[in-house]
Amino acid sequence: EPTGIDRSGPHQTDELGGLVTPFALATRYNNFYELGWGKGDPARHAEVLRSYIAAHEPWTVTFSGEVERPGTYDLATLLGWGELQERTYRLRCVEAWSMVMPWQGVLLGDVLRRVGYTSQARYVQLTSVFAPETLPGQRSASLDWPYVEGLRLDEALHPLTLLASGMYGEPLPAQNGAPLRLAVPWKYGFKWAKSVTHIALTREMPLTTWSVAAPHEYGFYANVNPDVDHPRWSQATERRLDGQGGGLMEARQETLPFNGYAEQVAGLYAGQDLRRDF
Amino acid sequence: MAAGDVAVRRRPPGGQPLERALEQTGVLALLLLVLSLACTPLRVWTGWTWPARVRRALGLLAFGYAALHLLIYALDQGTLAQLPADLLKRPFITAGGLALALLLPLVLTSGRQAVRRLGFQRWQQVHRLVYSAAVLAALHFYWGVKGDKTEPLLYAGALALLLGWRLWRATAPARRA
Repeated sequence: EPTGIDRSGPHQTDELGGLVTPFALATRYNNFYELGWGKGDPARHAEVLRSYIAAHEPWTVTFSGEVERPGTYDLATLLGWGELQERTYRLRCVEAWSMVMPWQGVLLGDVLRRVGYTSQARYVQLTSVFAPETLPGQRSASLDWPYVEGLRLDEALHPLTLLASGMYGEPLPAQNGAPLRLAVPWKYGFKWAKSVTHIALTREMPLTTWSVAAPHEYGFYANVNPDVDHPRWSQATERRLDGQGGGLMEARQETLPFNGYAEQVAGLYAGQDLRRDF
Repeated sequence: MAAGDVAVRRRPPGGQPLERALEQTGVLALLLLVLSLACTPLRVWTGWTWPARVRRALGLLAFGYAALHLLIYALDQGTLAQLPADLLKRPFITAGGLALALLLPLVLTSGRQAVRRLGFQRWQQVHRLVYSAAVLAALHFYWGVKGDKTEPLLYAGALALLLGWRLWRATAPARRA
């Protein structure tokens, strides 16, 4: 594990001055329940997913539902549908910790425009890898596998919404959702579906994994919102994991509405009660 | 990459060791509480006397870890200013705080002279608070765990057995009569 190498790339901070999280920390402290429930489990079991990906080359994504050109496309093809984007995004977990990470990928909007969507399409549903015989976390029925996430179509088409295939200038590590994941920086991390295999355009709001598992704790929208608490903790502050805490205690800072992207995305929710649609 | 893998495995996942300490002290407190509740059934079933002798130490240790758990929570939050509000509006925190508070009278009357001072019956009444404290602690754990609830359910199951046994024993003579 080349932990001594600085792979934070050209972006040492985000546009708000937040330090980029060290690569070693970003790849060792993860929530990816398909690979286990502990923060260190995804890194520990990364090889399982790496082997699975290698055995299923090329990775494919299947488009279905209200799509004009449904079908299964391999990753390289899909990544050719849009211009490569380099974005440094804040990742705010619903558990009140956050990181700043550089991502590479294509706009989900470019991909959706390429496959085309019908006038009936209102939502986008993303499904993660399903391999219960391989992935240790999927052997328990604690969540309804496969992991499903979703966005409203206008959120999916927003120019901040990325399908990421890399971070820190490298292909996505397995524990971070290789080979393709969603990055929606104004939403809590659980919306950032990992290891995506299916994208469906739907008329109805998709039943997303966490909003089904604990509907009073996790809503469909899951926009970062310091004013709407999780039932068990406040969302007003977050612990920024930037490696500056000497490994013991990272500093707490105030959480910003829409994770600091309000200027770009607040308009999507004009007239909507975000306490109800949490 | 074998060496690297070992390094990853042996190092804590990084970022938030306080969070790990918070989890571990909480689980230890509950474990010790459950073990202290297992002493009497164990003594009755086996006739051994040592479980009765370690019971007090287990209970005191449970309180110690629970108090440490609160301290780490305060450190992690950076303040205890939010605690009163949290206790009122978050059932998860209420259960944990109440469990710790209920253990306090037991700690204060854990000395030998307390039994003499209170009289055995009143002392026993005070110490029955441990049942409520354990149930609240188990509930706090259940609510606190995200996703896989196997571990909190195991503790809840063990607790149900231990408390069920007491209930059964308390009512059994009446049924026989």
